[in-house]
Amino acid sequence: METIFGIDLPTLWFLVIGGLITGYGVLDGFDLGAGSLHLFFNKEESRRIALNAIGPVWDGNEVWLVISGGALFAGFPLVYGTILSTFYVPFMLFLVALIFRAISIEFRSKETMAWWRKMWDISYMVSSTLITLLLGLILGNLIHGLPFNEKHQFTGNLLSFFNPYSILIAFTTLSLFMLHGAIYLVMKTENRLYAKLTIMVNNCSKFFILCFILASMSTLIYIPHMTDQFKEYPWLFALPLLAVLTVLNIKRNIDNRKYFTAFVFSSCITAMLLILFAIGLYPNIIISTTDPANSISIYHAASSPKALRIMLLIAAIGTPLVLGYTIFVFWTFRGKVKLNEMSY
Amino acid sequence: MPSVEILSRIQFAFTIAFHYIYPPLSIGLGLCLVIMEGMYLRTGIKMYEDITRFWIKIFALIFGIGVATGIVMEFEFGTNWAVYSRYVGDIFGSALAAEGIFAFALESGFLGILLFGWNRVSKGVHFFSTIMVALGSIFSALWIVIANSWQQTPTGYIIEGEGLEARAIITDFWEMVFNPSSVDRFSHVIIGSFLAGSFLVMSVAAWYIVKNRFVEPAKAMFKVGLCVATIAALAQLFTGHRSAHYVSEYQPAKLAAMEGHYDSSAVADMYIVGWVDAKSGKTTGIKIPGGLSFLTHGSFNAPVTGLNAFPKTERPSAVNFVFQTYHIMISIGMFLIALTLTACFLLWKKKLFSQKWLMTIFIWAVLLPQIANQAGWYAAEVGRQPWVVYGLLRTSDALSKEVKAEQVVFSLVLFSLVYTLLLVLFLYLLNKKIVHGPEMTPNEEDGSDEFSKRNIKQLQA
Repeated sequence: METIFGIDLPTLWFLVIGGLITGYGVLDGFDLGAGSLHLFFNKEESRRIALNAIGPVWDGNEVWLVISGGALFAGFPLVYGTILSTFYVPFMLFLVALIFRAISIEFRSKETMAWWRKMWDISYMVSSTLITLLLGLILGNLIHGLPFNEKHQFTGNLLSFFNPYSILIAFTTLSLFMLHGAIYLVMKTENRLYAKLTIMVNNCSKFFILCFILASMSTLIYIPHMTDQFKEYPWLFALPLLAVLTVLNIKRNIDNRKYFTAFVFSSCITAMLLILFAIGLYPNIIISTTDPANSISIYHAASSPKALRIMLLIAAIGTPLVLGYTIFVFWTFRGKVKLNEMSY
Repeated sequence: MPSVEILSRIQFAFTIAFHYIYPPLSIGLGLCLVIMEGMYLRTGIKMYEDITRFWIKIFALIFGIGVATGIVMEFEFGTNWAVYSRYVGDIFGSALAAEGIFAFALESGFLGILLFGWNRVSKGVHFFSTIMVALGSIFSALWIVIANSWQQTPTGYIIEGEGLEARAIITDFWEMVFNPSSVDRFSHVIIGSFLAGSFLVMSVAAWYIVKNRFVEPAKAMFKVGLCVATIAALAQLFTGHRSAHYVSEYQPAKLAAMEGHYDSSAVADMYIVGWVDAKSGKTTGIKIPGGLSFLTHGSFNAPVTGLNAFPKTERPSAVNFVFQTYHIMISIGMFLIALTLTACFLLWKKKLFSQKWLMTIFIWAVLLPQIANQAGWYAAEVGRQPWVVYGLLRTSDALSKEVKAEQVVFSLVLFSLVYTLLLVLFLYLLNKKIVHGPEMTPNEEDGSDEFSKRNIKQLQA
């Protein structure tokens, strides 16, 4: 098989998609988390500041979802079709939630009536939370595996998705994004809201550490295939260890009020959890619980080598550009949020 | 219950038709924004900044709904058309990924600066961001139209595998990108978008003029819109002709459906208006005899391949629908040319803005490019049936196997409700912004907040 730097093309493209999804998790993670915390802010001004903290960037963050989707479509079309059609109902709810999140942010400030703003506040929080929970649920099911027959067709039903493990992963994702969002907001606020947020960050970190411990234990106990790779390459155990150290480091930085460092670490933890997930799956993407032979591997699902090579080139040209203007936009809007006439 | 195929087709048509209201508006508006802000930087007249700010707010509203409904489209390929996704992943996937990374990221990234960056970046950087957003929206259309054009006229691929395991494998990227219909279809779509955006600008401006509010800024807006619209309307004649020509060459069944032409041995007419009776295969109406023959073969009495030459299973079933949508598009196109040229003539005679009747037409004319874009899209897509990839993959084979009718009914009902709500809210907020009007910089001399008189003098000088 054709290789670049000794890595075969499907694996390379698996890494690219992993990188894009990680980008999405890190970037949209904090604004989804900020959305989930939204109703905890009581004052109108606090809510506006929280919204304007993500105002100039959330749209750009969501782009990473679109790019990840496109990359999965392009690289592993069989997986793209299978995952999306299998999770038909969860994905439809996910899409509707994405619409509601977008219009809640956009529409909230357009009227001054209290009921109007309250309605969009609720819609913003519910949709942000639902997006996160559904992403977590789908991720959990992908780790857990689903019943697929020898034609790679899903044989379960809607209830198959609601197994305890996947629900736990959904809540772990929620706790991670809430923590990530709270740390982001604390960096962007001042005075009383800042004080309130420091308490929130602490509570979120407790919630996350609890979920993290439960999720790690259950994965070790109930999901044997996630540990197979680790048994084969014991040095990989350094990664979960590193993840634990990072989590503890977040706690330490929060206690010392070093929020930017904490934000970097909560970004790292998002990345690390996704890396662990990817290692556990590799070289499969869809795991069949009926018979391991029915799983879909990257080699089975990959596009042609030529298409993969073209798209690697597209990614190699495009990613630095996207990173470039992402950094430019974040740099432009650096510092604490100040409300003005252009704000939401 | 209707079949999964029909339900999925309805869902796709419904969600894309709704989505397709917004991107053309933002593309056309993006161009107008660049012109308005460019005029501000060039002349330094404050009024141009005020109208730019006003239209950026409207742009944001339109863009927001466009993005929210566009993400749905991307994922629908996988949810409802999994077999299609696997079949075209090599090709459609790369175009879609390129759209995300080269176009969508560009416009979304810089939109934040456009909206919130007025006091944070210099005028030059802000203008640069406006250009990037406008370019991003054009690139976005480019990649999407390329992907869709490949479905219409596939090239640059080979087929690997048999039956339902078959899939298209890319052999030549540039041949795929520049497939025979890409350039014509892209230019046709993008100019249709310029028309949609510029007519929105003119509609709002005309309304202000009729209501006698913000008259000076409204005239400035109207001129920007009219300039874009006139060039676009005339250019559309050319791209439309080119598009029809490619259809005649590569999709003869679609062309025959567009003109309701059945008998291959007969000279083909071009209809101005008409009605197709698909059962008897007869078309009646007002026509240019031999017009279609002239279009396809350059001669008024050459026969043109008709629908009867194709087996019933290989031609679009809704012939009259394709005929009508195609003719609605053309009639509107012709009317827009007449309308913009009349306006230009009156502007030259310095009588334009006093013509209340014409201004009233312009208020309502905003709907026409929208109807034409929708109709053109329906003619192109329904005319391609029963193929989802022309001549290669049938729509009925492209479905997701796992998905059941009740799941599609669920999502269809969900989207109908959400999109109805979205449309109501969109129109309500758009109307509110228009009624509120641009925030004009107050005149320092007399404190009038409608418009600075000094600026008018500068403008007239």
